[in-house]
Amino acid sequence: MGKNLYQKVWDDHVVRQLDSGQYQLFIALHLIHEVTSPQAFGMLKDKGLKVAYPGRTFATVDHIIPTDDQSRPLADDMAERMIQVLVDATRENGIEFFAPESGSQGIVHVVGPELGLTQPGMTIGCGDSHTSTHGAFGCIALGIGTSQVRDVLASQTIAMDPLKVRRILIEGELSTGVTAKDVILHIIRTLGVNGGVGFAYEYAGSVIENMSMEERMTVCNMSIEGGARCGYVNPDETTYRFLRGRERVPEGDAFDTILEKWRAYASDAAASYDDEVIFDAVDIKPTVTWGVTPGQAISIDEVIPDPDSADGLEKQLISDALDHMQLQANQPIKGTKIDVAFLGSCTNGRLSDFKQVASILKGRKVSPSVRAIAVPGSEKVDKAARELNLHLIFEEAGFEWRKPGCSMCLAMNPDKLKGDEVCASSSNRNFIGRQGSPTGRTILMSPIMVAAAAVEGKVADAREVFGLLR
Amino acid sequence: MNATKITKFNGKGVYVKGNDIDTDRIIPARFLKCVTFDELGPSLFYDERFDEDGDSKGHVLDKEQHQGAEILISDTNFGCGSSREHAPQAIQKFGLKAVIADSFAEIFHGNCTTLGIPCVTMDKSAREKLVALMETDPYAEIIIDLEELKVICANNIFDINMKESARKAFLAATCDPLDNLLSATDEIARIAAKLGYA
Ligand code: SF4
Repeated sequence: MGKNLYQKVWDDHVVRQLDSGQYQLFIALHLIHEVTSPQAFGMLKDKGLKVAYPGRTFATVDHIIPTDDQSRPLADDMAERMIQVLVDATRENGIEFFAPESGSQGIVHVVGPELGLTQPGMTIGCGDSHTSTHGAFGCIALGIGTSQVRDVLASQTIAMDPLKVRRILIEGELSTGVTAKDVILHIIRTLGVNGGVGFAYEYAGSVIENMSMEERMTVCNMSIEGGARCGYVNPDETTYRFLRGRERVPEGDAFDTILEKWRAYASDAAASYDDEVIFDAVDIKPTVTWGVTPGQAISIDEVIPDPDSADGLEKQLISDALDHMQLQANQPIKGTKIDVAFLGSCTNGRLSDFKQVASILKGRKVSPSVRAIAVPGSEKVDKAARELNLHLIFEEAGFEWRKPGCSMCLAMNPDKLKGDEVCASSSNRNFIGRQGSPTGRTILMSPIMVAAAAVEGKVADAREVFGLLR
Repeated sequence: MNATKITKFNGKGVYVKGNDIDTDRIIPARFLKCVTFDELGPSLFYDERFDEDGDSKGHVLDKEQHQGAEILISDTNFGCGSSREHAPQAIQKFGLKAVIADSFAEIFHGNCTTLGIPCVTMDKSAREKLVALMETDPYAEIIIDLEELKVICANNIFDINMKESARKAFLAATCDPLDNLLSATDEIARIAAKLGYA
């Protein structure tokens, strides 16, 4: 019997079993940012400890960095302090820091892959739950808490329980206008926001095989929203092609050597799984959320659920969500007025996202009632987009083209919803208050659906708005 | 840090009702602007507790009878969402010592364990009964016994469950694993060299 990728990577990185029954796991790549990591350096200092493997940790700033004026000192004193703590700590400890204006700064989950730091067969840790993104390269990529960031800094290891593995097969062919975002929203909607607790998700099947690396990252990114601790795709030629020639990937003979190593990590054909779920691509439509969890989603032509169709806490959950969203049961989601359109985040802030939207947005205008912002996921994405003049297409349409950062995904910088504004968002969380206003309302959707909503001023079917089905 | 082993947690309870209570609700993102966790207590569940003017909305945590509560009770998938340790830190700094729920999100669970906050699970009917007992007497003491895996309240005994590794960590006073992790430096170096990461 063969092994799946999770088992192979796990076995290679286990240091030993601890008395608690947990395992000590070596972390191959550690990524840090200004929100969850500065505190860890303080903890280290308190214990009189040093960073054990500074060459295996890389830092950037993304969460609180403004997307308009990034000049230092930042206008927000606390934000400035957090960045300074990180700058000082990385300097003191010999950790490489991708600062704004370095050409490499960006959202941590965009930066790792685009530099080629993220490589198949690695264990990756980062104090951010969307670390699962890196699983697209065939990694065990784990979101960790600050104390674990400290553990990695001090020992390059964490203590962890092993996971079960659920293989999720998506077979067939996606229809026009259905994107990777729709695939993952559909999966979460079906399996539930806690359906993945205890599991690593292995995404496979023809739909995944045909996806680009950027699309695979979108899918893996939201594994955590389905409760899974991580998600991954087996590396294949698409993966190797993406990585070849990247800044931090070896070249020439060294590439061939590392490629051999990478190839060994894919799941064996005879690998066994703890669970398997199969989806048919024809069932997946453009999907949007109507509630306050990513699982509260429906396809664009469905009606909003009725609390009376459920009981107990579930009923309460639906009616609370509808209250917050100010939506009516049994009404179509299509046509819901929006105030803000946000294009960006580690889910959908990559070059292909902006390219795809630009290709349909050309010559169209954002509705006058909508505030629309496009925020590239990194300086490299920004540069590449500018070279293609994509920013001009967005600006002509009425989007503001911003500097890289997390922006309105969690609104720790000045990009926030006001009052009970409704935002069509390409990000990954529609939790209450997530976009900076306690009464703000978020509707998650794919980038082209955000563009459609921006143009129409309401939730709309991108396939109709942009004539994609013709 | 792990010098003393604590296997019993007791105090008044407070029931924060709801499934899928996420980390953004437990501690809204704007409170993540900090370089230490020390000041997080008052911001726990902030937007659920206070309106935009900072006036109390009468949240259960702010009810007179629940002042000083030490045991938090909730429902399914508690702590889902982000990996921010600010969430359990806020819970702890607020004065809560333990959480009882139907289930927990994993990263949150791990963060709690490291901080010495036990996350124990109790099935629905038992939780309903426990909550009913608290309604009758909000001042009733709840005792969580990790050794026996029981919760005791007003002469009622309830079964609880706990992730085995977490329970062992509490029983062995090794909730914070760092010292343990650091005791294997040679093995770590060996793995690093073997994988070409040294
Ligand atoms: S873009 Fe959003 S989800 Fe991604 S790392 Fe930033 S805040 Fe987290």
